[in-house]
Amino acid sequence: MYVYNDFDEKFVRERTAQFRGQVARRIDGSLTEDEFKPLRLMNGLYLQLHAYMLRVAIPYGTLSSTQMDQLAYLAETYDKGYGHFTTRQNIQYNWPKLADVPDMLDALADVGMHAIQTSGNTIRNVTADHFAGAAADEIEDPRPVAELLRQWSTDHPEFQFLPRKFKIAITGSPNDRAVTRAHDIGLRMVRNDAGEPGFEVIVGGGLGRTPMVGKVLRDFLPKADLLPYVEAIVSVYNLLGRRDNKYKARIKITVHENGLDKIRELVDAKFEQIKAGFAGFDQQLLAQIEQHFAAPAFKQASTAGFEAAKAANPAFRSWSDTNLTAHKADGYAIVSVSIKKQGATPGDATADQMRVLAQLARDYGHDELRISHEQNVILPHVHKSDLPAVYAALREADLATANIGLISDIIACPGMDYCALATARSIPVAQEIATRFDELKLEHEIGPLKIKISGCINACGHHHVGHIGILGLDRAGVENYQITLGGDGTEDAVVGERAGPGFAYDEIVPAIERIVLAYLELRASDEETFLQAYRRVGMAPFKAALYPAQEDKANAA
Amino acid sequence: MSRAFTPKVITANRLLEGDAVWLTEDDRWSPDMAQAELIDDEAHAQIRLLHAQGQPDVVVGPYLVDAKPGDDGPLPTHFREAFRTRGPSNYAHGKQAEV
Ligand code: SF4
Repeated sequence: MYVYNDFDEKFVRERTAQFRGQVARRIDGSLTEDEFKPLRLMNGLYLQLHAYMLRVAIPYGTLSSTQMDQLAYLAETYDKGYGHFTTRQNIQYNWPKLADVPDMLDALADVGMHAIQTSGNTIRNVTADHFAGAAADEIEDPRPVAELLRQWSTDHPEFQFLPRKFKIAITGSPNDRAVTRAHDIGLRMVRNDAGEPGFEVIVGGGLGRTPMVGKVLRDFLPKADLLPYVEAIVSVYNLLGRRDNKYKARIKITVHENGLDKIRELVDAKFEQIKAGFAGFDQQLLAQIEQHFAAPAFKQASTAGFEAAKAANPAFRSWSDTNLTAHKADGYAIVSVSIKKQGATPGDATADQMRVLAQLARDYGHDELRISHEQNVILPHVHKSDLPAVYAALREADLATANIGLISDIIACPGMDYCALATARSIPVAQEIATRFDELKLEHEIGPLKIKISGCINACGHHHVGHIGILGLDRAGVENYQITLGGDGTEDAVVGERAGPGFAYDEIVPAIERIVLAYLELRASDEETFLQAYRRVGMAPFKAALYPAQEDKANAA
Repeated sequence: MSRAFTPKVITANRLLEGDAVWLTEDDRWSPDMAQAELIDDEAHAQIRLLHAQGQPDVVVGPYLVDAKPGDDGPLPTHFREAFRTRGPSNYAHGKQAEV
């Protein structure tokens, strides 16, 4: 794990001390809200519907058990006993008091964490494959590069006032679990013909108001060129990106308006110009960082007990089938802990649950935890012989839900239950869908299905890339939900297609049920997933199921 | 063309707590919307808004928003404002837990 060096530590402590002074001056009246707002946003502090909200970065989704314990401490001391993990691998506290926030930031600094650049037109928290460093299909652990990007982008003087926010995602595996094609820059590790690892560089992806799948700017960038090349992209965007219209300011629009070839030409020219200036310093730094990410000392042990437990305990077998992923080390597995028991709020974990997870990481997980963009918690390195014990402890803590990748493993943004920008609620929709399919006992029969819900056009809930996407809108003062189908967030990313007129709050769960039942009817076999079936048959049969006998009644739009 | 003025209240979030509050007729900020001053007159609304904006050490982001008269005092007309009087729907947190 990366541990702050003296420079990181000093920088974060100074920022916290500055912010403490700014909060004091806001409270005593010497700063107006107009003056204070940009300062608090620079430190991740938002004002939401019911309270302040502090957004804390979890760089590339990686946490140690000590950090997780500290997140639990914050949840208990300054929040209402829980925290909310987001699709950007951040944790949000929904109930802090203004005067307490400097103490919260100090407590975070104690464990090498902060809330800097979780807001504003800066380079945001760099997100990564949540199975990084563990996945069997991985070429290399992408986190050293992610940490290099974090250090380079944090407080970068040139990039504090970009035309708009800027999000980078990275994966070390050709199978994209980090939604790299929906980011301003996506970095996907691939090998060239000579077998050397490098990056496919994707630019201009993004969801929100104008969803776009990112385009390949370079199909193979040598690893050593990464930092100057990324700097070249951000520099070109910084000059070329539009500042006249907030809705046209993201790099996806810059790429769209100028064309990929022009962007490539400018980036290449800039890259040639700045490359020499890096003089290998970035590579020296990267080599130092890499030492912090050395793989743990994997143990050797028999996995016979695991196989026996699976044979003996159907619940354990079912959990193993859904919540484990192949690990690169012999005898190991990646454990995805679902914090989405049917009916629970997607992404929320209580302080107690966080502590249980931290303890499991200490006892069985080489002290590592990950937060996935799908709002679950990962124990990346568990030896199979320890899985029965891990499962038993998870059960005890009510964390053993066997639903990873299934219909109740829903992504939902905070929506209008918390978010000041929301146009409708998303959390209760997720809760009700999960509860409904649990009642129907259909979840496992349905198989892999990703439902993603956003409470407004900003698309924090990634609805465009959900197999079923739900977007909550305000239609004439009433909550209304639009459905998209066929979205995909992997390396074959596709933006989902709108199914038709939206549904009222009390109609949306039955509408989803109709879609899913239609799928069960029409699938070619039990093996054909929802997404495969949709790709085979298209929208028509789902539309027919969604709008029975009133397909032409377009007035509900 | 000016639209007819619909009744309004003034609401904001409290600086220290961050919770939703409403401006009362006697110049308090109440966490209970029913105690808010329901304003029927546009000119008066502007004066009251200026008054609210003059208290940056107490509240953040005051704004005028539609409301309707109820038995116990003003009621929200839009669901967003209704949520602000209660709190989130996934937990009994916020105002719904405090009253
Ligand atoms: S999608 Fe909209 S409602 Fe949901 S968290 Fe983002 S800004 Fe808020």
